[in-house]
Amino acid sequence: MNKTDALIIGAGPTGLFTAHQLKLIGLNCEVVDNLDKIGGQCIELYPDKPIYDIPAVPECTGEELTNNLINQLKPFGIKFHLSERVEEVKKENNNWIVKTNNGKSFSTPNVIIAGGVGSFEPRKFPPKECEKFENKSIFYSVKDKKIFDGKTVSIFGGGDSALDWAVELSKISNVNLVHRREEFRGAQATLDKVKELTKSGKINLLTKYQLVNVNGSNKLESIDIKNDDGEIKNLKTDYALGFFGLIMQLGPIANWGLNIDKKTIEVDTEKFETNQKGIYAVGDICTYPGKLKLILSGFHEGALAARACFKLARPNEKYRFEFTTTSSNLLKRLGKKE
Amino acid sequence: MPKITYITSDAKNYTIDVDNGLTVMEGAVQNDIPGIDADCGGGMACATCHVYVTEDWFDKLPKKEDGEEDMIDMAFEPKSNSRLSCQLIVSDELDGLVVNIPSKQG
Repeated sequence: MNKTDALIIGAGPTGLFTAHQLKLIGLNCEVVDNLDKIGGQCIELYPDKPIYDIPAVPECTGEELTNNLINQLKPFGIKFHLSERVEEVKKENNNWIVKTNNGKSFSTPNVIIAGGVGSFEPRKFPPKECEKFENKSIFYSVKDKKIFDGKTVSIFGGGDSALDWAVELSKISNVNLVHRREEFRGAQATLDKVKELTKSGKINLLTKYQLVNVNGSNKLESIDIKNDDGEIKNLKTDYALGFFGLIMQLGPIANWGLNIDKKTIEVDTEKFETNQKGIYAVGDICTYPGKLKLILSGFHEGALAARACFKLARPNEKYRFEFTTTSSNLLKRLGKKE
Repeated sequence: MPKITYITSDAKNYTIDVDNGLTVMEGAVQNDIPGIDADCGGGMACATCHVYVTEDWFDKLPKKEDGEEDMIDMAFEPKSNSRLSCQLIVSDELDGLVVNIPSKQG
């Protein structure tokens, strides 16, 4: 059980700056995120896209913003729990007990949800029957490529993940690479490699096709793919891999008894607290009259939620407002003063 | 004001007046039309505002910009008449546009 003054769910820009604010006022915090990296939407959706509306930063990319926020946290040594999705929140006396999908647990008086639009999950194949083969014959990521040795693998997608795995698995498997159009959006070098392997018969390339049906009882036996003209082809295959990127889903948070309106959580604008005492929501995931989904709003919301956490984490102390320019307390925490 | 018609996957029709300059996505979100999620808020980064444009309208719309087709790769059941509604800016020329909303966005 990890004990902390505040647990932040979500390592996007709002979660990161909220962590900064908590540490600055002398509270401990830990951060959980379902992605395997820090940065949230900024790093997953638009690492290279320029952002022009961060105060005092005329232009920066999602990746630069993330790196700057991480640098700003350097003095504090914050513990991140990545690739962990928060599943369950339960009240125990004055604390919240938070559990993740991989069995980590936290005890804290304060939970700050900085979850953006939800946690990132892989996009799945449209046919519903795919669910019964999931993690057996159908995968959306590769954990152990050895299981594909000597088997037929049908890979779907047009980006780098699909192309990279087609090239890699062509060394040990029979590979079908299926994509909905002729153009791919992966790196040119990989695409050239795929074309070369297609020519030499190592990859069976099928463009303008999409998956419409899966067949088999316990394990996948074949799949049906359909092209734009309605022609259906049946492919014998042992495995199907789908690489369609990630989608954001609110997930288990929806079941925590919070007031939710259109995938956002209602909060007050003093503490950014939800209808549950000690659970706050900040950034894109919170809503209140006048809410703007801007990164700068998330920073403001996190700063106020952090102050609210102080009361529950240090019930016998009084929070005093201080400036980083003058306070020796703050400067010490920032490592600028002995 | 241009009228845009949204048809959900269960065949419910919504005809809405949408201000010029807004996107077809914004018209749906602001009027609580179900089925258009627009998770990224119009940044062409998520493909959850995916719609099918009726055939007679498809060729009249401004062509896709770089990146839209790439994002449509990620959409749920893309077709040849797929567009991202955040990229369709409403103007008088679009008066009467009909879009079909897919059964899911992801």
